[in-house]
Amino acid sequence: MITTMLYSLTGLILFGMGFYTLIIHSHPLRKILAVNVMATGVFLILVATAYIPVGQGDIDPVPHAMVLTGIVVSVSVTALALIFACKVQENSNLDLLRKRNHRKPMKERGL
Amino acid sequence: MFPSDTAVWIVFPVILPLVAGLLCFLFKRGTFGIALAAAIGNFFVVCFLIYQMLVYGPMRCYIGGWHPPLGISLRIDGPALLMLLMTAATGLAVTLYARGYFLFRISDPLRARRHKRQQYYFWPLWMLLLTGLNGLFLSADIFNLYVTLELIAVSAAPLAALSGKPASLRASYRYLLISLIGSLTYLLGVVFLYRSCGVLDLALLQNLAGDGLGISTALVLLTVGLMLKTALVPLHFWLPPAHANALAPVSVILSALVVKASFYLLFRFWFEIFAPIISPSSLNFMGTLGALAIFWGAIQAMRQQRLKLMVAYSTVSQLGYLFVAFPLSMFVDGGQVWSIVVFIALTHACAKSAMFMVAGNVYLHLGHDRIKSLKGVRSSQPITVFAYGIAGVSLMGLPPSGAFIAKWMLLSASFASLQYWWAVVIAGGSLLAMIYVFRVMSHFFVIPEGESSKKNVSLSPLLEWPPLILALISLFLGLISPWVLKIVLYKDSGLLAQIFQGGLP
Repeated sequence: MITTMLYSLTGLILFGMGFYTLIIHSHPLRKILAVNVMATGVFLILVATAYIPVGQGDIDPVPHAMVLTGIVVSVSVTALALIFACKVQENSNLDLLRKRNHRKPMKERGL
Repeated sequence: MFPSDTAVWIVFPVILPLVAGLLCFLFKRGTFGIALAAAIGNFFVVCFLIYQMLVYGPMRCYIGGWHPPLGISLRIDGPALLMLLMTAATGLAVTLYARGYFLFRISDPLRARRHKRQQYYFWPLWMLLLTGLNGLFLSADIFNLYVTLELIAVSAAPLAALSGKPASLRASYRYLLISLIGSLTYLLGVVFLYRSCGVLDLALLQNLAGDGLGISTALVLLTVGLMLKTALVPLHFWLPPAHANALAPVSVILSALVVKASFYLLFRFWFEIFAPIISPSSLNFMGTLGALAIFWGAIQAMRQQRLKLMVAYSTVSQLGYLFVAFPLSMFVDGGQVWSIVVFIALTHACAKSAMFMVAGNVYLHLGHDRIKSLKGVRSSQPITVFAYGIAGVSLMGLPPSGAFIAKWMLLSASFASLQYWWAVVIAGGSLLAMIYVFRVMSHFFVIPEGESSKKNVSLSPLLEWPPLILALISLFLGLISPWVLKIVLYKDSGLLAQIFQGGLP
């Protein structure tokens, strides 16, 4: 029981740490990593949940199925977020370029 | 009891758009045909399901033959079917409108290539989003609901980014991150609920939720996660930029359907699973947030300089009405709360999609949507402006519209319980809605001096008629209210699931 509580508490702390980083930091990669840490926290609590039910040494398979599904979802969402971060970064670089060369006409810049 | 071969039809609203979405990814041409076929098929299947439910009552479909404690089931009841109908009808109109929108933009040679690409990605993403929405309304399993929430987020964020402008990219990136926080918070809530109850099925949970730290934590987490996705003030900050910078058909989908999905889920949790442990003070808290949303959204809508941003803030304001129904639910009986919420959601879905379509038409016609320079739109686009006016009337909640029925029920509940402040909020919100709707209307009707019209662009019927038809539906929804009320009252009592609670077959 104490082990379960320990794991669950660790999960909660991870969730909170991820959330804090997500709010505080502005770097896109940090934000994506923070979301991943939050997801890991939730999965840790789920895995700990599997220990609890009926009888000694019994393991509940449902949370495991949930964790597996959750990992698949989290991987694909991370991929999508990374693409988004790249696109946003590209665009802001382009903006910077435009601002720097704003005196030259369009054709010279080759944009 | 329903025949099991009928229950199989429940999976079609999920399967049809899913197959269509995958096919759209495979083929380069004919994607519109595939999407249209799926949208029409979805509409007819939903109508058929409503008919079936009126005959046999609420139904469940056990996927793969596995029953509730372990298996995932899909179910239909009155509210779920009405939300499905809302999605199917609005979805069909959006599909037609998007076709007209992309055809119009492709005829502009400078931007032709970019728009071809936008169209190439729009159809599959829209079909996957439809899959997620239908799945959410049908699922009876809280973890499956998490998966559908993620599906919606994953397809809605790229859709919002389709326009490719830096502002829309930033807004949709933020939208994606916010959706992820919302889903993860929801998932944590699911974990707490599972720890305390040991089941994931909605109907089984209905009988198990009692007092306890785990359950209250679950309630708070689920509520915060879904509030973030529903954009209830003060968590609304991501909505206006994401909705206003998207392409017009995408704004329609996001504003009319996606925010409703998470609200529907929130409402189900509050009034079905957690109903026994919810205190009046928490209901009042949600109502207060709703009242804040009504006023804050309306005031922001009045201050906006761009038509699309105005419509987006109006969404923030209208979503508040859905939450004002929370505290007043104590004074109406169970079925009526659902009908109030369903009426507001249906009217808002139709009226708001009409408004975003109008904003899209204005943008196509003038090349901008600055409210101050909307002169002469009435003379060149009479049908579009007519649609705007009717949609505005429905948003204000004037008599024949569905919102009027809902607001009437809310007002009578607040008077009956002597809580006059809710009446002030409801009537004041309508007044503010009138101000921001008419402010734009007055600019439509100004006749430009001198030249008649700079560009004489004729819009295709696909662009003009869907908003008008949707606006008329929202206006006359009040007249068909008896039938809608009848459908709402079919509720899944949980009996079906209880039968199988004993053990696995």
